[in-house]
Amino acid sequence: MSQDAGIDTPANLDGGDGVRRRDFINIAAVSAAGVGGLAVLVPLIAQMAPSADVLAESSVEIDVSKIEPGQAIKGVFRKQPVFIRNLTPKEISEAEKVDVSSLRDPQTLAERTKEGHENWLITMGVCTHLGCVPLGAGEGEVKGEFGGYFCPCHGSSYDTAARIRKGPAPTNLEVPEYAFTTDTVVKIG
Amino acid sequence: MSFPWANEYKPSNPLTQWVDEKLPLPRLVYNAIGAGYPVPRNLNYAWNFGVLAGFCLLLQIVTGVVLAMHYAPNALVAFDSTEHIMRDVNWGWMLRYAHANGASAFFAVIYIHIFRGFYYGSYKAPREMVWLLGVVIFLLMMATGFMGYVLPWGQMSFWGAKVITGLFGAIPLVGEPIQQWLLGGFAPDNAALNRFFSLHFLLPFVIAGVVILHIWALHIPGSSNPTGIEVKSESDTVPFHPYYTAKDGFGLGVFLVLYCALLFFAPNLLGHPDNYIPANPMSTPAHIVPEWYFWPFYAILRAFTSDFFFIPAKLMGVLAMFGAILVWFFLPWLDRSPVRSAKYRPMYKWFFAVLVADMLVLFYLGGAAAEEPYVMLSQIAALYYFAHFLIILPIVSAIERPDPLPFSITEAVLGKDHDSLLAPSAVPASKSDAAH
Repeated sequence: MSQDAGIDTPANLDGGDGVRRRDFINIAAVSAAGVGGLAVLVPLIAQMAPSADVLAESSVEIDVSKIEPGQAIKGVFRKQPVFIRNLTPKEISEAEKVDVSSLRDPQTLAERTKEGHENWLITMGVCTHLGCVPLGAGEGEVKGEFGGYFCPCHGSSYDTAARIRKGPAPTNLEVPEYAFTTDTVVKIG
Repeated sequence: MSFPWANEYKPSNPLTQWVDEKLPLPRLVYNAIGAGYPVPRNLNYAWNFGVLAGFCLLLQIVTGVVLAMHYAPNALVAFDSTEHIMRDVNWGWMLRYAHANGASAFFAVIYIHIFRGFYYGSYKAPREMVWLLGVVIFLLMMATGFMGYVLPWGQMSFWGAKVITGLFGAIPLVGEPIQQWLLGGFAPDNAALNRFFSLHFLLPFVIAGVVILHIWALHIPGSSNPTGIEVKSESDTVPFHPYYTAKDGFGLGVFLVLYCALLFFAPNLLGHPDNYIPANPMSTPAHIVPEWYFWPFYAILRAFTSDFFFIPAKLMGVLAMFGAILVWFFLPWLDRSPVRSAKYRPMYKWFFAVLVADMLVLFYLGGAAAEEPYVMLSQIAALYYFAHFLIILPIVSAIERPDPLPFSITEAVLGKDHDSLLAPSAVPASKSDAAH
């Protein structure tokens, strides 16, 4: 140490392999300050995470009685669109014909719907590539070459089970947690 | 550091002498950008762009601070407050257009500044730190520019924020939590807008700080020059003031003519009409593209359409996009040629030209729709971009035979360098022959 207040005993000043009181105090003080400094980072970082009111908007109930086969609506769940689609028998058979093992994200239609409600395909309307809203749920929108959804941002095409078939998206459109509370009302989240 | 022949600051009156004793700030300025900084005498107009970039930063800070007096960073009113600036605030339309087009001007200037560095080898020893700090400034500019574009909360703002934060979702395992942490929610909303505003205000001052480091690092070896050879004697340099203050002043005038032409005659030329539609989380615009200055990197992002070994296409695109800039950090060590200026590098000169063409192609493709043939062209252009830095540069610098360099800057300019004792031209031809 370059500075010395001159309070050490001559034996300690001689050095050697003895640990001085001053060394201990230095290490203890710097460690305590370091731990304290790191602890301050916790609130500074955590404040950016979703706040309580954002997390509170975690479920929504949607009436699906007005959706005819072949139609779809866009609901809102966690400030993001959710697609609710009433599949036609033709769309169901098209989805079931596909060889599952050939898919990028292998899933059958049955795995993506609820038992007893196989015609209801409920997915997030958020492309799994970079989060655009795919087209195909609204009246007259392009459905892409696989008849499901088409994302205009980077050209991802989804089939009638909203599975990724072509383009950069890595996975199928996400199926949120949901349950049919009655035959015509679905609770998402 | 400076050259021994640099002019010394001599305060002439008692007040400036008093200030110089207490806080030698005028001395610092004199030595940094005044008559106390000797600069190579042969700088061409490509060397104007550093000063122009500094001017753009100042322009953006001044117009930005003023705009912040009228803007409200709340998702409910952000769009309306932007329109309030455009319609109601005195001179608001001009200030906002000046700021939006100022960003474009800033990036245009910076791209030329960077490519000046590529051509003249400005990144080479002893100026590696100048280069590395420059890349840091560019990354900070990209972050600032992106967050600024989100603030008007139009359709392009919203979907730009969604797509760019979605990039972080590509990171395995922690991607989604990171994305939600960045946004403060599941999709861009008030929390994201607020923090983007806060950071958009902060980052320009961080940039200003790194700019000071950039100039500090530059002044240790001194400015490079079009020949790439180092300063040898006093006759190689002239004082920054008045020689380059005058030259930069002229360049600034030309820049302002072009900038004002854009600002007053085509203020929306580089913008997107969709951003005059309020943000709508339920509907994505048909053709979403970032601002033009991100296009080359956006083209690289989109070039990856299928999985690459075991890495998903999405992650690969994100890695490539960031890698396209990070590779610049390694440039001083990838280009091993001891000759700096491409003027004396017969092979590199051509590869530089191809890189410029490749970059222009990427610019075009980044703004094009995500369909063939643009996707395939992006793949080829992106592949060449990386090949240039990672394969071509190391090989070219190993096998190229550079042209002979002039003895000194003075000789390059005047054809002779009589004052230097060591110069070949200073020794009479007959005498040097006799020595053999």
